[in-house]
Amino acid sequence: MKTLVWVEHDGSAVKDATLAAVTAASKLGEVHLLVAGAGVDGVASAAAAIAGVATVHVADNAAFANALPENLAPMIVDLMGSHDAFVVPATTTGKNVAPRVAALLDVMQISEILSVEGPKTFTRPIYAGNAIATVESSDSKLVLTVRGTAFEKAATTGGSASIEAVSAGGDAGLSSFVGSEIAASERPELTSAKIIVSGGRALGSSEAFEATITPLADKLGAGLGASRAAVDAGYVPNDYQVGQTGKIVAPEVYFAIGISGAIQHLAGMKDSKTIVAINKDEDAPIFQIADYGLVADLFTAVPELTAKI
Amino acid sequence: MKILVPVKRVLDYNVKPRVKADGTGVDLANVKMSMNPFDEIAVEEAIRLKEKGVATEVIVASIGPAKAQETLRTALAMGADRAILVQTDDEVEPLAIAKILKAIVDGETPSLVILGKQAIDGDNNQTGQMLAALTGYAQGTFASAVNVDGDSVNVTREVDGGLETVKLKLPAIVTTDLRLNEPRYASLPNIMKAKSKPLENKTPADYGVDTALRVKTVKVSEPAVRSAGIKVADVDELVAKLKAIGVHS
Repeated sequence: MKTLVWVEHDGSAVKDATLAAVTAASKLGEVHLLVAGAGVDGVASAAAAIAGVATVHVADNAAFANALPENLAPMIVDLMGSHDAFVVPATTTGKNVAPRVAALLDVMQISEILSVEGPKTFTRPIYAGNAIATVESSDSKLVLTVRGTAFEKAATTGGSASIEAVSAGGDAGLSSFVGSEIAASERPELTSAKIIVSGGRALGSSEAFEATITPLADKLGAGLGASRAAVDAGYVPNDYQVGQTGKIVAPEVYFAIGISGAIQHLAGMKDSKTIVAINKDEDAPIFQIADYGLVADLFTAVPELTAKI
Repeated sequence: MKILVPVKRVLDYNVKPRVKADGTGVDLANVKMSMNPFDEIAVEEAIRLKEKGVATEVIVASIGPAKAQETLRTALAMGADRAILVQTDDEVEPLAIAKILKAIVDGETPSLVILGKQAIDGDNNQTGQMLAALTGYAQGTFASAVNVDGDSVNVTREVDGGLETVKLKLPAIVTTDLRLNEPRYASLPNIMKAKSKPLENKTPADYGVDTALRVKTVKVSEPAVRSAGIKVADVDELVAKLKAIGVHS
């Protein structure tokens, strides 16, 4: 089986979630990559160095610069004439593109796979991760999105793939990119951070979040996360949100501070290796999954922890 | 302009799903069902566009069992004008749902279709994108702001690093994210009024769509259970535990 993995990148580097998708794709067969964008020679050579990749298809066209699915999908459908599976990291960009490709190919997509059980059999979470479904496709071609935290990342060196230019496609004339507001952060990206410190509604204000949660994260070199309640209350921007409707993370250590542990939140972090909870409510559901729980007022416990660690 | 809003009846988001002992699925007998939360946001957005004078009519549609009628009545009580129920007791996948919606779009020719970004049961996050592909329309997924401007719509999207805005030619497909709006509650008089609003009954066969499943569920199981942890007495003990697993500044 020949798989085509869509490479998510920022114009210069391959994003981590793609490396997990490469590992998932390698369980199905020969791995080909697709690098689409404008001026992406650097990304293409980085992609060619990823271990286990046979060919990198490069679609360099101004119409592909901002990953608009209206422009990308027809070109990908064209490439899928010679591939059996389209594999995409389950990021917001991947989730935007993949189903459009699947429908054009007239196949059902299988979303957020957690494992490859057979050539057409996969596991995936349903009901916010409260159940795991094993599913089998009967379609002639596969379209899969891959949960990044469920697969090891492929090595970024050791590969020597050939690079082939893709000439198909262009501007479909349906959409255009207006602009973006990307939150500036020098912290590790949430989905790849080894340690994450997350705050919830109990913080009470953005000032308290900044004064309590941020110093602990700074000291540990950790990523900053938040529950939906903290985001909705405006304490932090929405790209901090960990949960079913935000980011799915699985760091080495996850600190849940002032977070009760609603199922929506747990769906985003319960695969973390070690979970530490600090909450003054000893009956908070977060304590049912925390490896280390401390029942205490976060406003005294967290500064003390920051000072002592 | 006309707006079409597809809605889905799902297990209420406050209910903890229980996996059936025989591994065939999640037990939905005698549990509370509600409108998918993202779809409530979609209905709310459509009604707000009508209140602003941008939209003239809001049509809601649902594909599912007879009881999905209740979900449609909820949307009518929120302010939608009329409803279409495509009734089937079979499980219908996003691809087949998108094909049925495509047929409805062909008949109704809405300028905007607003869907939820995902249903909280299947967690697929596919139907809107698939409908956009089948209709050949532009798509604005994970929307946190929607501004119709003449023959185009600007959609601000929630993406991994922050927000981005795209301009889409109308007609277009939009899927809602949580922060797009705060859905209203239907008032009692509006719930009463909704009972007399038109609700059309259809079947997938009326639209010539085959709903045979492409993806078969082999089994459904409980996720791995985390082993119970310990409660530490104070910060010093927590620090000691963290240092033992290699966490230090």
